[in-house]
Amino acid sequence: MSPYDALRVAVRAIAANGLRSILTTLGMVIGVGSVIVLIAVGQGAQKGVQDQIRGLGTDLIFIKPSAAAPGSGGGGARGGPGSATTLTKSDSDALAAANLPGVAGVAPQISVDVQAIAGANNQGVTLIGTTPEYPAVRSAPLAEGVFISATDIDKKTLTLVLGSEIAKTLFPDGNPVGETVRLSLGGGRINFNFKVVGVMAPKGGSGGGAQDGYIYVPVSTLQSRIGVVRNPTGEINVNQINVQTSKGADQKSVEGQISLLLSQRHTSEAPDFTIQSQDDLVGAAGEVSRTLSILLGSIAGISLVVGGIGVMNIMLVSVTERTREIGIRRAVGARGRDIILQFVTEALALCIGGGLLGIAIGIGIALGINGRDVAGQVMTTVVQPWSVAVAFAVSAGIGAVSGSYPAYRASRLDPITALRNE
Amino acid sequence: MITLESVSKVYRAGTQEIRALDSVDLEIGRGEYIAIMGQSGSGKSTMMNILGMLDRPTQGRYLFEGRDIGKTSDDGRARLRSREFGFVFQQFNLLPRMSAIEQVELPMVYQSVRGRRKLARAALARVGLADRMDHKPTQLSGGQQQRVAIARALVVNPHVVLADEPTGALDTATGEEVMEIFTSLVREHNITVILVTHEPEVAAYADRTVRMRDGHIVEDTRKYGKAS
Repeated sequence: MSPYDALRVAVRAIAANGLRSILTTLGMVIGVGSVIVLIAVGQGAQKGVQDQIRGLGTDLIFIKPSAAAPGSGGGGARGGPGSATTLTKSDSDALAAANLPGVAGVAPQISVDVQAIAGANNQGVTLIGTTPEYPAVRSAPLAEGVFISATDIDKKTLTLVLGSEIAKTLFPDGNPVGETVRLSLGGGRINFNFKVVGVMAPKGGSGGGAQDGYIYVPVSTLQSRIGVVRNPTGEINVNQINVQTSKGADQKSVEGQISLLLSQRHTSEAPDFTIQSQDDLVGAAGEVSRTLSILLGSIAGISLVVGGIGVMNIMLVSVTERTREIGIRRAVGARGRDIILQFVTEALALCIGGGLLGIAIGIGIALGINGRDVAGQVMTTVVQPWSVAVAFAVSAGIGAVSGSYPAYRASRLDPITALRNE
Repeated sequence: MITLESVSKVYRAGTQEIRALDSVDLEIGRGEYIAIMGQSGSGKSTMMNILGMLDRPTQGRYLFEGRDIGKTSDDGRARLRSREFGFVFQQFNLLPRMSAIEQVELPMVYQSVRGRRKLARAALARVGLADRMDHKPTQLSGGQQQRVAIARALVVNPHVVLADEPTGALDTATGEEVMEIFTSLVREHNITVILVTHEPEVAAYADRTVRMRDGHIVEDTRKYGKAS
């Protein structure tokens, strides 16, 4: 029997049992559809996270101190990365002064959690001590007023710049520039009044939303006036140096040069800092959301397998029901493999038909919910061509597998018994 | 053409052994028209299944044109069956939902014959159903259905046609009509016919009659005084 004849026979048999075929196929439609939708959701989440990291700025390299070493006594806990106090503003200044090729800007930062109070409003915030270069390096422009100036750094002034969100929280009526904000530490025991000189433009959305809640002050003020992280040498400690590389610069080679320069300045045996590029972060986040995609995909895969079992079940029923037909076909010359071809083709047609329908519906749903608000969350979906290809291949594979056993059973039927079957 | 050498077929029903065929010897020549007669339980249906290669003997040898069928694989026998044999059954055994012309095309589908539609049309015309080509079995009378089955059996130009009670489900007049068409067609093409029946009127169309009882051949007679 030619494949074309087998397909004709299959299509007729499927059409003859309309409702049953539709219900059987439904399992495949739902399975394939959910694979495509869930992978699109997973990929959307991945894209969201990567956008968020890119929202930090562009072409950034972050330098952080290494984990704090255990105390010299041998005991003591090792702190997390960034907990050591080995990076200083001088390191940052040296990096800026070195004019390394590929480096467009350098801005150090140190952060402390404080309570910000303005009139009747107050809010726990992250205080960032930094330098005038920060807005340029982190691609964070101002909405109102000015950023911290070089004079502010020199004079350790009590000036601050508000993130867009915290500005709204503290000054719901607007116009915060020129107003006073009280920063409170240590459970209210230490208080400082700062003057607002500027407000940052919102970074907004999923990209860099956290930055909208920060308050920025001169790094020198944070060190000497608030003095949470004292350095015995009188240096200004920082817990992160942001380096912006110029467009198209090779981040790896820039990282190498920074590493070399800092190693010369720090005489410790082991490197006491870590360098991470934005690309590294994107990669790491990609790893996480890839895992999410795989998880979602496997859940959907289970429904695909269930759909396949449904197809096999119906094919087995179909073989039993059509015992007589099989007997007649055998009597007029069908070989075992013709019978196998017939039933495998039928299962394949069911599964591929269901698969194609599922692909269409899945893509439809994925595109439909993209950008919509689902349970308070804006959905981002990315339909991956590979997920469509995989879903199609898997549905065809399930068709072949779920058709094979019933078809084999059919081919083993004894022609005489089959003919006697009424 | 067909030789059975002390062929036995034993069925087991629980602990009981049923000898449906017991050391049967039979020789059928090319172009013979032979009727196998007997009461139900005489072993004639078993004989037909073995002759049609639908079943294997428990003991003995079956030679088809000198070839020992016992040594042929299932697929080999299926190929031989589709090339050499045509079947006509008591219950017609047409596939539901298929038109007459598709029923007749079916054996050719499995042999990948070209020009199937044309050959099927000609075969249906020969059994007088030129105007019923697109009718489904439910739209045809019993006699017409059996004629479709005859067209289906003959369309692949078989060397042997096995007919199992071909008139069993038909009234006498229709049965006669069907037998006339059948007989004239097989004579025209010099086809070997093995007719299994318990009706003497049907057996009368044959040149040779083999009578069976309890798994044995008890009588083998020929018309026109032909030598055995």
